[in-house]
Amino acid sequence: MATFIKVAARSARWLPRITPRSTAPAGGNKSVFSTSAPRRQLMATAGFTESQLMVRDAVMKICSNFPNTYWQQHDQTEEYPKEFHAALAQDGWLGIALPEALGGAGLGISEATMMMQTIAESGAGMAGAQSIHANVYATQPLAKFGTQEQLEQTIPNITAGKLRVCFGVTEPNAGLDTLRLETFAKKQGDGSYSVSGQKIWITCAQVADKMMLLARTTAREDVKKPSEGLSLFCINLNREDHRLKVSKIKKMGGRAVDANEVFFENYPISGDSLIGKEGQGFKIILHGMNAERCLLAGEALGLGYAALGKAAEYARERVVFQRPIGQNQGIAHPLADVYMRLEAAKHATYHAARLYDASKTDGSIRQEEVGVACNSAKYLAAEAAFAACERAVLTHGGMGYAVEYDVERYFRECLVPRIAPVSREMILNYISEKVLELPRSY
Amino acid sequence: MSALRILVPVKRVIDYAVKPRVNKAQTGVETAGVKHSMNPFDELSVEESVRIREGKKTPVEDICVISAGPTKAQDILRTAMAMGADRAIHVETKEGEDLEPLGVAKLLKAAAEQNKSNLVILGKQSIDDDAGQTGQMLAGLLGWAQATQASKVEFNGDVVQVTREVDGGVETLKAKLPMVITTDLRLNEPRYASLPNIMKAKKKPLEKKTLADFGITAEKRLKTIKVTEPPPRQGGGKVEDVDGLVSKLKELGAL
Repeated sequence: MATFIKVAARSARWLPRITPRSTAPAGGNKSVFSTSAPRRQLMATAGFTESQLMVRDAVMKICSNFPNTYWQQHDQTEEYPKEFHAALAQDGWLGIALPEALGGAGLGISEATMMMQTIAESGAGMAGAQSIHANVYATQPLAKFGTQEQLEQTIPNITAGKLRVCFGVTEPNAGLDTLRLETFAKKQGDGSYSVSGQKIWITCAQVADKMMLLARTTAREDVKKPSEGLSLFCINLNREDHRLKVSKIKKMGGRAVDANEVFFENYPISGDSLIGKEGQGFKIILHGMNAERCLLAGEALGLGYAALGKAAEYARERVVFQRPIGQNQGIAHPLADVYMRLEAAKHATYHAARLYDASKTDGSIRQEEVGVACNSAKYLAAEAAFAACERAVLTHGGMGYAVEYDVERYFRECLVPRIAPVSREMILNYISEKVLELPRSY
Repeated sequence: MSALRILVPVKRVIDYAVKPRVNKAQTGVETAGVKHSMNPFDELSVEESVRIREGKKTPVEDICVISAGPTKAQDILRTAMAMGADRAIHVETKEGEDLEPLGVAKLLKAAAEQNKSNLVILGKQSIDDDAGQTGQMLAGLLGWAQATQASKVEFNGDVVQVTREVDGGVETLKAKLPMVITTDLRLNEPRYASLPNIMKAKKKPLEKKTLADFGITAEKRLKTIKVTEPPPRQGGGKVEDVDGLVSKLKELGAL
């Protein structure tokens, strides 16, 4: 007992460095010291650029105000994490990959990927990442192909968090075969368009003010190549209008962020919402697809490292048969194995991001090379994350099934990067065809 | 009254969240491969300086941050500039060229004179050495007024009113510029640097200097003999009830 009293006296000496931190409420006031909450990082950070590390550090600080309980609660109530979106918007993070001339930071996908990874890794998971994903990514084609007026009206409001955007591409009858989109935007006499059709898996359509909509403007039969005749629009999403219906899809994970079916029935959109030239929509969308693969790979990595961190912590502390379960190789080795998988996927991911960024100024980098790297990264990161999340649940045993331990939430979410934005099978097809020059199977 | 020229000394220390370990040679704390960040008390100093400017009550001509340390110290200078400081001075020290509080105070005296500063705001202590001496020594060397452990700073012309928390209440001090203020935990809540400000900070001037530029040498007055970890905590014991507790305390001679 005497020893205990001595110890207490000693720790009191350290009180100034321990006390100021613990009480930060989610999304509320910052604690006195603005550094991040204690969390040991598993990922090796050697080799990252100064900008990437800066992004990681700064985003981690913001995320530390949103503890796991915040995400557990939002997952259960299926409430959009608006405080989180607002916190990132307030400090300018939504403009990370936009040019400086448009009020962005002028950084690349290498840094944006790091941001998305850091968000997921903080415990926010895919829900946290998806809550801002489109706002970071959908502005890319807009910034590149939009008119001055379109830029001024939308981009500053999106980066400031006043407007939220969703991305409307996927359709129930087209799936991965984007060129078979059926949603049609019919040009009217006054230059406006009337949209009819159906979209599915539209993330954030319940809260978004704008949608980046890909629709046919010329029927597939009337164009030379199926990739022609599609157009991209940045439209207002007026959910009050009866010609637009947005209905929520009940889903497995990431429940804080809504996914929807969206129905248009002669929904009017203005002529000046067209981005770029009519019929060029598919090319414009393609422009952003490789970037999105990188972001998703980053999100998967973050989720994987978060799950592995939880698993290792539990394996160190949980004592069964008078010893920590992590002392059993049956527990330790699967975790060690998944660490290496995550590290390998990390290298593939940041290699792809670097290549994507470099391809903008270096003409010698072929687009196909970038495509192969980005698809490989998404595939590897998603698989590594899946393995990490599954093993994290198993390491926790029965507790892995309890909401309180977070890993069940990560496990439910880790299926997303395996499925979206492109399935594992389509990536395998792509590599078979483009790299191995094998005949196309579909 | 004259516009403020604020000098803000900042230090790169092992991050507050990291549990420090003693190195193998028992000469100090292991710093290699350990996360470092700005001394939390220095974040308060930077924040306060920026708030004085934003408060617009007193014109602020210059906020200059200064740090002595290895090349890596530039990271925290950039952070300070992202929070709102105008410029930075990095005094590069070599491996093993450690400064003691008096050395730092002498360096800061020279820096304050060179930069025509009329206010120095610094943390009351750094969380690595916990010496808590630099601010007081600096005020002594400069012959300026000092207000330590500030929890509130208010300006009224050239007169500065500082509230400090003391045992049993608060103490209010008034002093005229030039002066030295050291910061305490409840002074403010440091902001996070926003992304646009982080990007702008990359373009702000960072001047590189050496100790010699300030006429300082890193001579040591103190010699560290040995650094050891505190003994590991012994596990506690459980007692059944209050009577058990009382008899246990008696048994240990605590009652």
